[in-house]
Amino acid sequence: MAAMMPPRALIRAIHHLPRRKLTLHQCAARTVATYTSPHQAAQLSILPTTVDANSQAYQDNASSMSSLIQKLSHLHAEAAKGGSEKARQKHIDRGKMLVRDRVTALIDPGSSFLELSALAGHEVYPGDYVPSAGMVTGIGSVEGVMCMIVANDSTVKGGTYYPITVRKHLRAQEIAEQNRLPCIYLVDSGGANLPHQADVFPDRDHFGRIFYNQARMSGAGIPQISVVMGPCTAGGAYVPSMSDESIIVQEQGTVFLAGPPLVKAATGEEVSAEELGGGKLHSEVSGVTDYLAVDDAHALILARRCISNLNYPTTNTTTTAKPDWAEPLYDPSELDRGIMPTNPKQTLNMHEILAHVVDGSVFSEFKPLYGSTLITGFATIYGHPVGIIANNGILFSESSLKGAHFIQLCCQRKIPLVFLQNISGFMVGKDAERGGIAKNGAKLVTAVACAEVPKFTVLVGSSAGAGNYGMCGRAYSPRFLWSWPTAKTSVMGAEQLTAVMEAVGRKVDPDLRDRIERESDVLFATARLWDDGVIPPSHTRRVLGMGLQAAMGGSVEARETRFGVFRM
Amino acid sequence: MRSITRPAVLRGSATLPKRTKRWQSSVAEKAEGYEPLRSILIANRGEIALRVGRTASQYGIRTTTLYTDPDRHSQHALSSPFAVNLGSTDQYLNGARIIEVAKQRSCQAIHPGYGFLSENAAFAKACIDAGLRFIGPPWKAIEAMGDKSRSKKIMIDAGVPCIPGYHGAEQDPAYLAQQAEDVGYPVLLKAVKGGGGKGMRIAISADEFQQQLESAKSEARSSFGDDVMLVEKYITTPRHIEVQVFADKHGNCLALGERDCSIQRRHQKILEESPAPNLPEEVRQDLWEKARQAALAVGYEGAGTVEFIFDNETGEFFFMEMNTRLQVEHPVTEMVTGLDLVHWQILVAEGKPLPLTQAEVEERIGARGHAIEARIYAEDPSMNFIPSTGKLLHLRTPAQTESVRIDAGFIQGDEVSSHYDPMIAKLIVCGPDRKAALQKMERALEEYEVAGPVTNIEFLKRCCSSPAFVRGEVETGYIQKYHDELFEKVEVPEEVWVQAAIGLYEAEQARGAYAKQPSWPLQTIGFGNAPQPREFQLVEISSDPQVINTPVAVGVLKTGPETYYLSVGGGPPQALTSTFTPTTKTLQTFFSHTRLETTLIRDPDTNHLTLFQQGKQYRIQLAVPKWAAKALGMKDITNSVLAPMPCKVLRVEVKEGDEVKKNQALVVIESMKMETVIRSPQDGRISRVVHRAGDLCKAGTALVEFEGEHES
Repeated sequence: MAAMMPPRALIRAIHHLPRRKLTLHQCAARTVATYTSPHQAAQLSILPTTVDANSQAYQDNASSMSSLIQKLSHLHAEAAKGGSEKARQKHIDRGKMLVRDRVTALIDPGSSFLELSALAGHEVYPGDYVPSAGMVTGIGSVEGVMCMIVANDSTVKGGTYYPITVRKHLRAQEIAEQNRLPCIYLVDSGGANLPHQADVFPDRDHFGRIFYNQARMSGAGIPQISVVMGPCTAGGAYVPSMSDESIIVQEQGTVFLAGPPLVKAATGEEVSAEELGGGKLHSEVSGVTDYLAVDDAHALILARRCISNLNYPTTNTTTTAKPDWAEPLYDPSELDRGIMPTNPKQTLNMHEILAHVVDGSVFSEFKPLYGSTLITGFATIYGHPVGIIANNGILFSESSLKGAHFIQLCCQRKIPLVFLQNISGFMVGKDAERGGIAKNGAKLVTAVACAEVPKFTVLVGSSAGAGNYGMCGRAYSPRFLWSWPTAKTSVMGAEQLTAVMEAVGRKVDPDLRDRIERESDVLFATARLWDDGVIPPSHTRRVLGMGLQAAMGGSVEARETRFGVFRM
Repeated sequence: MRSITRPAVLRGSATLPKRTKRWQSSVAEKAEGYEPLRSILIANRGEIALRVGRTASQYGIRTTTLYTDPDRHSQHALSSPFAVNLGSTDQYLNGARIIEVAKQRSCQAIHPGYGFLSENAAFAKACIDAGLRFIGPPWKAIEAMGDKSRSKKIMIDAGVPCIPGYHGAEQDPAYLAQQAEDVGYPVLLKAVKGGGGKGMRIAISADEFQQQLESAKSEARSSFGDDVMLVEKYITTPRHIEVQVFADKHGNCLALGERDCSIQRRHQKILEESPAPNLPEEVRQDLWEKARQAALAVGYEGAGTVEFIFDNETGEFFFMEMNTRLQVEHPVTEMVTGLDLVHWQILVAEGKPLPLTQAEVEERIGARGHAIEARIYAEDPSMNFIPSTGKLLHLRTPAQTESVRIDAGFIQGDEVSSHYDPMIAKLIVCGPDRKAALQKMERALEEYEVAGPVTNIEFLKRCCSSPAFVRGEVETGYIQKYHDELFEKVEVPEEVWVQAAIGLYEAEQARGAYAKQPSWPLQTIGFGNAPQPREFQLVEISSDPQVINTPVAVGVLKTGPETYYLSVGGGPPQALTSTFTPTTKTLQTFFSHTRLETTLIRDPDTNHLTLFQQGKQYRIQLAVPKWAAKALGMKDITNSVLAPMPCKVLRVEVKEGDEVKKNQALVVIESMKMETVIRSPQDGRISRVVHRAGDLCKAGTALVEFEGEHES
């Protein structure tokens, strides 16, 4: 019995014993190996929450977060519709399925689809409305295998590739390559958007890269499947042609290097699209496609069959995830209310966010007392072990050193890293420079850059200056990067930037401040594919879970981390 | 396997001991010196073999059961540790072999059950000659009653009224037609050796006499190997009333009440009750008296049934035939008298006297009220009750009590094969009066869930609630007379479509069709506009391959582990919470207005879905996808006539190039020993006869194809 008591109670109990029993008294002086139950031990790691939902600040934050979320929901809903009502009706009248219906029919019933960059192209081309950049990309489970799905939306500008569409396509392929996800291309596109050809055609990361990626991925054993559900003209013809297997819908899909008008212009030959490059021709004569489908639904069933024959590891074959996990103690939907200040000047206790994200709100914090402006520690998300690095203030030399140390631990242990950014930058000033903030910050940047474990970044609040680099910004190739509606990305805040410009004596454009403000907004960023999408804060846990499943499940390529020189 | 199944099939016996123990003890005192039976062989299968086995084991009599190859896993074969394999399907009829088995296994007696050898006088005689006791009447009585013409003569001599008709040996079709004229149309054609509705036809007028005669003869030949026919006056609004009689070796004969078995389809009973409704007491007493006379006239022993045809219009009744066996519907009498007839059969076989007097029997019936039996068949009422086969994917029965009894030969997982009778079970209930018993029957049928083969349960429910039946206005033509009411189409409620769609969605998850889903709960991710509802095109299953019901589109959007948005037929989406429990196959859904529990059974072979909800059964399937016809080269089935069940083609009535009218006979098939005429669904010209006489066909195979341009 005594062994079960907390030490203080034990001492109290002993005080009440007759004094003659000296042996027991002596016992008290000795520190015994007290039994601690796992439950008691776990109490150590449970994050507390001190949110006061009745406070004025909370109420204000809640109302402004709610209007932000409403705005984004509305934009997403609009973008999800695709092209104009007329274009969609025309599409349906041709017996074709709308792009999101195609995706839904392709994935396993009851599974989720993680759409990427749904707001890409938003207000990017003045005068041109290109919802979702005319393309749906995302990760979904097909026959139990997590796949990257790239689907053209031909109701948007005929599915033609704007520069942002190319970026979106390439980003999807990059994710597929890094996470070894089979790719399924649902092709229904008029090819490059000709007026934008200069920004679509020639450069390294332009149209040609799509086929380069297909060839390289196929070479690396990442299956490439395409379903031709509409035109694939000129360059587009290479998508099915460079796939491992391709399916075509008869009297609907066409594949040719030059369409009937161009053929007529070049050779005078008059030929119909179906004759020139229809499904029957390519499946029976040319062999460009392997399977002939009668309609979209049939083609998608055939695509599912192709995936089932890949002999590819299913996504749930991950060995690293723990089977038992618990939802956070605090409802993640709280994050959509007043916890997160919408004004970047207000401070945010990042522990509160973590408490609503990690399994069971259990977080084993590493070096909690040292360099406390950077939170580091271990947790699990849907059973996947993760190392979390989160800002809780400006980065100092100590916090940078601690971060670099923690990244080394995670790489050693093959634990994926999750970065939660809310950073205005590294510390500046005389003391900081004397303390070697430059070389200490560089250690963090080196560690982040070289870490070969999967990295995930969530932009919670501001992401400014070298803080963006040290915290695994886009340039540091995280597997996924998501933004909260409150995210602000810029080299520095608009006010500071204007002040710096004035200080260096330049004539400042009166609109500069507003422009910088606009350009650091999350909508500006996500429209340009600086992230993989804006998410409701409450879904942070879900997107990380799905991202971890993509990275750690199915086919996984283990890479050894070799760090560069750490300047000591 | 055996240790699991045996208790299940013996469960039905739970109520029997209480009723019969008394009689055993009282008899034992009186019957000292008689040689009790120690071991019997049950020469039958299915529920009756189990039924006999129950009573036998209750009295410490060892039972030996028989089975054939297709029956080796059936419940009756597993019910006894002493089971003998007879081999091929038809061996239940091999009397010599069965007698040999009985002797080898030291059985003292053979119980023949019903059907098979039960009314075979030669077999009964062979048993006696081999030194075995035959648990049934003396072979001479069987022989006397087995021949319809002879039995009629005996009955007339004994003063039992008989129906006018020709029972002679002259079988020339023209002569028979003349006899029919003399008796007056409509006439009934019946095989002299026939029974159970086989080899029986009605000719309404002289025009169709020859066709019906040929059909009856052919069926008689294949069923009994004898096509001698008799012609009788056909009573237009008849009732079928039969009296259960019991006689012993000491000259006692009792009438254990009557049974009204007027609700029949294809001349076979489906609902039987006792006492007969709306029957004047003096007529009842007269019936009993005549039945006893009939039995005594042939020196009857044991259990027998004297069947009468009762003319609803005149109140007259005529002797039809005597069934010299224990009948399928004997539990009705058992329920209404509280007796164990199989035990009485054993007592009689042992040479003991009947334990009760006629007065005591009447007293018991008076005290117990009314009993009804419903026969649950694997058959499709909407397709003129053709038999259905297949695995019993799901079987849930009402709880058995003193007043609810189930005699079944199958358990869940068993196969209803096309080799034998498609009766799945008999459900018998009793109550203080007819109304109470009927109400109880309706509830019990609602709790009776069978998925797999199509059953007549839904039809039985309708019969039981049919107003005229509730009033007791029964007649053998009841089903034809109230056809429109009994077969009225019921619309599938919207909630059923919802449940079916969620069920299909969830059953797939539960099956783990796509490996296992990731271990975290699946929900919408992000701002949630990517997932679109998944559309399920559901359609009510049509038994007739020519009829395709209109599909209903149900949109399912799953937004969380148990949350859904459902829209039916393009209606507004409604939010629901729904939980599927794979172990019990139940889906519980909270709608905004109500809560529903539905049992969903998916047939893994056909993807058909059977739903049981609030005491009703619905059969639903996914519509064939639009692409399937083109992609799989499916034929347009309106141009061909399909076999409705696994069958053998007996005759093809048309040839290629023939012009046929709608409802003209095309092909005659045989399944489960029953002939079915496949009629033309349309006017048209035959382009191809796919199968010839003698071919074996699977269900759904084309029998005859029409030319395309003659489609109606």
